[in-house]
Amino acid sequence: MTPLIHIRNLAIGFPKAGEPNTVVRGLDLTIHRGESVALVGESGSGKSVTARSLVGLTGTGAKLTADVFDIDGENALDFHERSWRQLRGNKIGFVLQDALVSLDPLRRISQQLSDALGDGSFFRRQDRHGESLTLLNSVGIPDPARRLTQYPHQLSGGLRQRALIATAIARGPALVIADEPTTALDATVQKQILDLLAERRRAGNTLLLISHDLAIVSRLADRVLVMRNGQVVEQGPTAEILSAPSHPYTRQLLDAIPSASSRGYRLSPAGHEARITAATTQVPATAKSAERRRLLLPPKSIDPQRKVLTVDHLFKRYGSGAASSLVVNDVSFKLAAGESLGIVGESGSGKTTVARIVLGLVAPDAGRVLIDGRPWSQLTEAQRRTHRAGIQLIAQDALSSFDPRYTVERIVGESLDSVAIFGAERKRRVLEVLDAVRLGPAFLTRHPRELSGGQRQRIAIARAFAPRPKLLVADEPVSALDVSIQAQVLDLLAELQAASGTSLLFISHDLGVVHHLTDRVVVMKEGRIVETGNVSAVFAAPRHSYTQALLEAIPTLA
Amino acid sequence: MSVSPTVSRASGIRHLLLMAFRRPGLLAAVAFLLAVAIGTAWPQFLSAYDPIAADPLQAQLPPGAAHWFGTDQLGRDVFSRVVHGARYSILIGVSAVVIAAVVGSILGLFAGLARGVIDEAITRFLDVVSAFPDLLLALVLISFTGPGTVNLIFALGVASIPRFARVVRAQTFVIAESGYVEQAKTFGLTKAVLVLRHILPHAMAQVPILATIGLGTAIIGAAGLSFLGMGPQPPIPEWGAMLAEGRNYLRVAWWIGVWPGVAITLTVISVSVLGRHWQASFEGRRQG
Amino acid sequence: MDVENVTALRQVPVSPASRHFSLMRATLLSQVLGRVGSGILVLWAAITLSFISLHVAPGDIVSLLIGEQLRTPVIEAAIRAEWGLDEPLFSQYLSYLWRVLHGDFGRSYILQTDVATLILSQILPTLKLTAAALVVAVVFAVISAVATAGLRWPRRIAGAMELVLVSTPSFWLGIVLLFIFSFTLKLFPVAGDRTFSALVLPALSLGLSLGAVIGQVLREGLERALEEPFALTVRSWGANGLTLRLRHGLRHAALPAVTLTGWLIGNLLSGAVITEQVFGRPGLGKITVDAVLGKDLPVVLAVAILSAFIYVVLSTLVDILYLLIDPRLRART
Repeated sequence: MTPLIHIRNLAIGFPKAGEPNTVVRGLDLTIHRGESVALVGESGSGKSVTARSLVGLTGTGAKLTADVFDIDGENALDFHERSWRQLRGNKIGFVLQDALVSLDPLRRISQQLSDALGDGSFFRRQDRHGESLTLLNSVGIPDPARRLTQYPHQLSGGLRQRALIATAIARGPALVIADEPTTALDATVQKQILDLLAERRRAGNTLLLISHDLAIVSRLADRVLVMRNGQVVEQGPTAEILSAPSHPYTRQLLDAIPSASSRGYRLSPAGHEARITAATTQVPATAKSAERRRLLLPPKSIDPQRKVLTVDHLFKRYGSGAASSLVVNDVSFKLAAGESLGIVGESGSGKTTVARIVLGLVAPDAGRVLIDGRPWSQLTEAQRRTHRAGIQLIAQDALSSFDPRYTVERIVGESLDSVAIFGAERKRRVLEVLDAVRLGPAFLTRHPRELSGGQRQRIAIARAFAPRPKLLVADEPVSALDVSIQAQVLDLLAELQAASGTSLLFISHDLGVVHHLTDRVVVMKEGRIVETGNVSAVFAAPRHSYTQALLEAIPTLA
Repeated sequence: MSVSPTVSRASGIRHLLLMAFRRPGLLAAVAFLLAVAIGTAWPQFLSAYDPIAADPLQAQLPPGAAHWFGTDQLGRDVFSRVVHGARYSILIGVSAVVIAAVVGSILGLFAGLARGVIDEAITRFLDVVSAFPDLLLALVLISFTGPGTVNLIFALGVASIPRFARVVRAQTFVIAESGYVEQAKTFGLTKAVLVLRHILPHAMAQVPILATIGLGTAIIGAAGLSFLGMGPQPPIPEWGAMLAEGRNYLRVAWWIGVWPGVAITLTVISVSVLGRHWQASFEGRRQG
Repeated sequence: MDVENVTALRQVPVSPASRHFSLMRATLLSQVLGRVGSGILVLWAAITLSFISLHVAPGDIVSLLIGEQLRTPVIEAAIRAEWGLDEPLFSQYLSYLWRVLHGDFGRSYILQTDVATLILSQILPTLKLTAAALVVAVVFAVISAVATAGLRWPRRIAGAMELVLVSTPSFWLGIVLLFIFSFTLKLFPVAGDRTFSALVLPALSLGLSLGAVIGQVLREGLERALEEPFALTVRSWGANGLTLRLRHGLRHAALPAVTLTGWLIGNLLSGAVITEQVFGRPGLGKITVDAVLGKDLPVVLAVAILSAFIYVVLSTLVDILYLLIDPRLRART
């Protein structure tokens, strides 16, 4: 039987000013009916472009060549736009990430399903109520009749993503391509969507999954292709790739995943420091495949007697009247010197508001925050100002936390205003912290937009450590980063924290990261603390049902 | 035309040359504006005839070697009048925009920083002022002050205040909520330092661009009001006023009414091209 | 990325009059009522502003209202009686407000006539011109945007054409059209408002430059919409380009264009003043220009308040239309 997809030596480029700008090269891909295949890679690996080439949507200006490019036995290299249009939706369905923007926000679900069921022409269009209802049922949307009349923004994230999947399978395509189908979803919602896809897989549907997350892939795919810089570096059955990776890059990716087992160890490969100044993080080809040893992180020194941060019965309400909501509801915790405390919760749990109150950017309605046992939240801003150097912030989006007009030197140096370090001494300190995050003096004159995502987050870390704070508040500092960059940043954070003895308040939605990095954890839900305790104890034996649900939802390497 | 502080002078010149090669439209716009600037500062340099003195013997001559743009109903050289007219049209436009930009920015900053009741009051005031179309508001003001060059500038300037105020206010809001202002707060900067160092430069960054683009609108508005007889009075060679005269001679001497219009259109196109290029490069830099 | 942050980035632009209500996610009806209330407030302030301007302007109010007319004791007494100048200021204000709300804009002492009657007798040709120009503008904008968005050369050509039109004063465009089509080709009448063909050139000269502005906004919006992730989804259903543009893109593109409508109407009204002069058409333009030059303030203020009224009514309607186009601004139930 002919395979559904049969591709040999695919190359895709976006030629510009005479340069080929190849983003995919030498790619072979074969997908048989009933198979579930995954393309895994970090940003820039070419996985999404490859997926889009299968529906002829690589965009204008793309140059595609291949020795063989057959879709269901037909040579797609000869396809014109009309042939592609007939293929899309009929033979191949496509699911993108984040249905909030991947569905037309101005049209009702019913209209969009009718569009997806129709033949795509403007004039022949009909309402297909009955078929739409069946479709919504099939993706597990309860009360489908009501959902049909709603707009995407009126649906919850999970239902929205299900509706998007419904449009992709509307005309019963032989293959469904899911491009990061659960990215930007909360863990519990992510699990529902993965379950839905797994169900379809069990029912014998063909799936091509595109993901950066090996754990997700391990639950859904029979076969994995690991991509990097436009090439497939390794492929094989999922279990084999995950348990015995042969290519160093695959191994590095696996090692970079923070989890319970990585506690106390480095996530990024040894000796990576030397290569950070280079644009990419090259893995030495000489490394042996079976070699998987982890390096220890320096030990932290925690002084449990000295409480750097005390949060005492905080309340915060936003809005007024019936529309108001209690965003922070009776939150209390303590953080000792040198300790790391993780705050975990899904979106809307109030964890970011707690961080902002601790930073003194938002005043609590009730309750108080003490720093080193002394009042903090009750102070006026003028009184707080002189002590601000002691508490520093690392924001999620480093780029937006930099004044775009500033050079790196001024960005990092500005945090030293609060400790009145100026002139030559400031420059010395800036160089010192830049060196600590493994960025050389050449970076002093750079502007934020000239830096990569990982470099930006390093500079944010350097800036936070510059005034030698006793408390560091990190709000989702790695959630926008690729997993290998995340590994480097987490290693740096752990290293610098150990060396400086700073306490760390680490806010994250990612339980793996929290488990890897922090000592104690606070689990928040709808403004309340549902569980708190030693991170290993809580995650090993969660008492609260919500914590249990969160932990179950984490996709783990099977 | 490089405004980036990081670009050094030498590379700035290279940048300019490269730009001229790649963007001939931009080059043409800059060249034309230079000519207009010369006409504004030193009209004698470009034209040979007196723009005011009438010579009935030479009336209504079609364009030719002696009179490139022909002569008008009083025998005045149209080319000289167009060149001399630059001074009035450009100065009225620039002055009106400066008034609008200065007052508008101050109002916008004030509203954006003060928030609350002051913001509400200023915004409502702007809402009311913008309920009158720009040109009509200018007409109302002129009906109080009477026609004339200064009154025209004042009327046009006041009418375009809301546009600047709105943009600056919105920018101030966005920047005050931005990540780097929040971050700077954690450094313990005082409110004044925060505003001067991080908010003001960004809130005002777009004002010169907006002013450049607004200059085109102001020149057209000034010409329109002069066309109606609200601006400089004859025999001053203002472009809009010249068009009004030309309208009456269209049947017999088209050139009287066409050339001032060409001058307006080319000036406004050049200003827009410049303003849009500036804006595009500004946004490009912001997005990185 | 955190979901909170993703949604925060997708804030939709809110038109000026609706900004005060964007936080109140009440029902559709109460949002509509809020916008109507806001419009009434602006209108009241506009009337008040015109009253204040009469009193703070230099010179005494009687000579301001007389304008260029000769000042005689008879006329002065008439003005004092009509404006109640001997009464306290606040009751003058109340009676002014009352009169304006009843459509009584006072008397023009220059034209010796009732202002409301004068305006009513001249408003029809102006409305005809504005409506025709609006049609020209919208048709031009939609065609030029839908046909060229995202296509390299067509959009360059359309863009260049729009730049020229935007940069051309409408009255000069009128002069050029007159010269070509009336004087040279003799296709359309030179002046007047007798026939439909007399409307063609004025409507073109007034409408085209505004059409160019809307066209630019519409194309930009369309191109942005076609770059959105949902456009990829729609194409992955097998939709053709026209379907994508008309059924999905145009609606998104209309959002920023619709916010321009208030500005557009204002521009059409004040542009009509000049266009009418160029083409020698009867209408509000002529009486406005005469009134401004003759300092006939009762007429000028009446025209200003009338246009503010039209502006407020239309932009309130546009705000409501915005709610209908964009469900995200409506109540979350």
